Amino acid sequence: MTPLLEIRNVHATAGEKEILCGVDLTINEGEVHAVMGPNASGKSTLANILVGREGYTVTAGQVRYQGADLLSMRPEDRARAGIFLAFQYPIEIPGITISYFLKAALNAIRKHRGLEELDAIDFLALIKEKMQSLEMDENFLTRPVNAGFSGGEKKRHEILQMAVLAPTLAVLDETDSGLDIDALKIVANGINALRRKDSGMLLITHYQRLLSYIVPDSVHVLLEGRIVKSGGKELAMTVEEKGYGWLGSEAKGSAMPLPVEKETAK
Amino acid sequence: MMTSRKPIADLGDQDYKYGFVTDIEEESAPRGLNEEIIRLISAKKNEPEFLLEWRLKAYRHWLTMKEPQWANVRRPPIDYQDIIYYSAPKTEKRPKSLDEVDPLLLATYQKLGIPLTEQKILAGVAVDAVFDSVSVATTYKEQLAKLGIIFCSFSEGVHNHPLLVKKYLGSVVPYTDNFFAALNSAVFSDGSFCYIPSGVRCPLELSTYFRINAPSTGQFERTLIIAEPGSYVSYLEGCTAPIRLETQLHAAVVELIAHDHAQIKYSTVQNWFPGDREGRGGIYNFVTKRGKCQGVHSKISWTQVEAGSAITWKYPSVILQGDHAVGEFYSVALTTNRQQADTGTKMIHLGVNTRSTILSKGISAGYGQNTYRGLVKILKKAQNARNYTQCHSLLLGERCGAHTFPSIDVHNSSSQVEHEASTTKIGEDQIFYCLQRGISSEDAVSLIINGFCREIFQQLPMEFAVEAQKLLDISLEENIG
Repeated sequence: MTPLLEIRNVHATAGEKEILCGVDLTINEGEVHAVMGPNASGKSTLANILVGREGYTVTAGQVRYQGADLLSMRPEDRARAGIFLAFQYPIEIPGITISYFLKAALNAIRKHRGLEELDAIDFLALIKEKMQSLEMDENFLTRPVNAGFSGGEKKRHEILQMAVLAPTLAVLDETDSGLDIDALKIVANGINALRRKDSGMLLITHYQRLLSYIVPDSVHVLLEGRIVKSGGKELAMTVEEKGYGWLGSEAKGSAMPLPVEKETAK
Repeated sequence: MMTSRKPIADLGDQDYKYGFVTDIEEESAPRGLNEEIIRLISAKKNEPEFLLEWRLKAYRHWLTMKEPQWANVRRPPIDYQDIIYYSAPKTEKRPKSLDEVDPLLLATYQKLGIPLTEQKILAGVAVDAVFDSVSVATTYKEQLAKLGIIFCSFSEGVHNHPLLVKKYLGSVVPYTDNFFAALNSAVFSDGSFCYIPSGVRCPLELSTYFRINAPSTGQFERTLIIAEPGSYVSYLEGCTAPIRLETQLHAAVVELIAHDHAQIKYSTVQNWFPGDREGRGGIYNFVTKRGKCQGVHSKISWTQVEAGSAITWKYPSVILQGDHAVGEFYSVALTTNRQQADTGTKMIHLGVNTRSTILSKGISAGYGQNTYRGLVKILKKAQNARNYTQCHSLLLGERCGAHTFPSIDVHNSSSQVEHEASTTKIGEDQIFYCLQRGISSEDAVSLIINGFCREIFQQLPMEFAVEAQKLLDISLEENIG
């Protein structure tokens, strides 16, 4: 069966600097993978190359999404094909209400897939249902996109969008950052509710904290642009206890790039 | 990796979609301006003596005036002797119905998407179309006449209702007001005249569509709207002009008078030819628009969407004379390529408990320069007067500019004035955020712009709001294919 996402030996630069130095990662349908790593290890670069953000260049390697060459697709086409990024720093768009924005997004995606566009009434029913599950107030709908939101509101809004757009591959870039414990639980519950057999998730995080609530199938540690260790959910606990330092010395200790232990797909 | 789309700076690089010329024989006066030309215009229009005298007084006053230079715009000087001040389609006699109108003219209007045909009756729009200087056709006049509403070309107004014209002409904008108002008063050719009798609520949106067709023609319309006590009228004005590489002057005057408890809502969608990408040609839109809330509890609202013209220079204003009068100004001004706009409003509070609201949205793209200039003046007797002003600017790209010059002049300590202003930029980040949600870059820009203008569009009549939204989309559309 074709993997949902297949990253092969990807090297990437942000500006002049090489950030990713040969990353391999495979996500199959139904799997949740977590990529952990300290600051500047390349986590956000990995997220950004998957969605085609400007300023990041893939210099070698390839990425296949549902078997297709992802890197040749325009950002909007990747989104329409089901790739969703929950932004680390969601962007403010003053003057556009959330409902207007999200309806435009949903209908752009539906149109691309040859589905009928939702009218205002059906859309409202859909979004209200999703908002309830995220414990969001209905007056949220008429607020302008991210403008004047607290950090927690922004993150919750990202998950609301994810719920409405129902992506096939969701990339969550440090969705836990800036959340207090209550907000984290709500967001995590929201994300767990969106786990599906036919979709995958890539959680990017600095801390293990999020992974106590969203239990991943696999955990990868990204260090200096390489995945230096992969394992099951218990790897996150080890990292939490021992930090990243031991992995660094382990990696540096070998002359060759460390052969990565891969947990085979279930 | 492949991400091919235009940088934002290229948005606003666009072609004018209304630039066609209708090949109709026109009858024109020789170039230049002198008393003879004014007499000729007046004679052509078969005007009563008082009007000729008024024109001549205006002209003589104009000769003593200097062209104002304070606007925040750059342009070469205008040669007033190189302008043709009168131009009219050559027709044997005035058409009485649409069937008699030159089909070429009607085709022009159709290209513009102007609803002048029978279908329009269903939509409920009465149109007084001004083609260059002569009003071509007026629909609905009869239906309106039953209610005592007069809606006709200015020339007809002069002929059929000379006393009303004489009473109100220049009562809000005297010919001494400013250089361009004086020029207009001397040479105005046509425009609209509208009178709503006491207690009548005009059941239709009255609509005029201006269009400049002949080359080197200045268009000088004059519009006069009188709302008697307790009446209501909503008036729509739309403007386009064909592409020409020389500039054309458009100096109109609009006067509104609202008596006790009367309401006038005046909406404009202006899409004159903005000039080409290098800034050649285009309309100089130097317009004086002013309303007088003469009666108690009267209300005047100006809503404008200014998307065209090489230079826009206008300040639709309200004199709040009657106690409890309300003045409103809602504006979207878009400048792309080399366009310049210096626009805003004046709210002059004279009466007790008068209120005014100003909402201004400026959008600049390309090399466009957008200036908001406003005056809120509260005089001594205007107890408890209130003003609320909001002024927002949106920038697309690196080479455009936004400027704000608000003046507040308060002479009454019981009044309240609030002013809010902001300048924001459409960023690559905002566009990317939309792209990542599946929205195309064109739609992203349109979404962001429309979000920005939403409060203003809400003020427009439904049909016009849709048109305004489309107009902004077209004006900002990327130049693909």
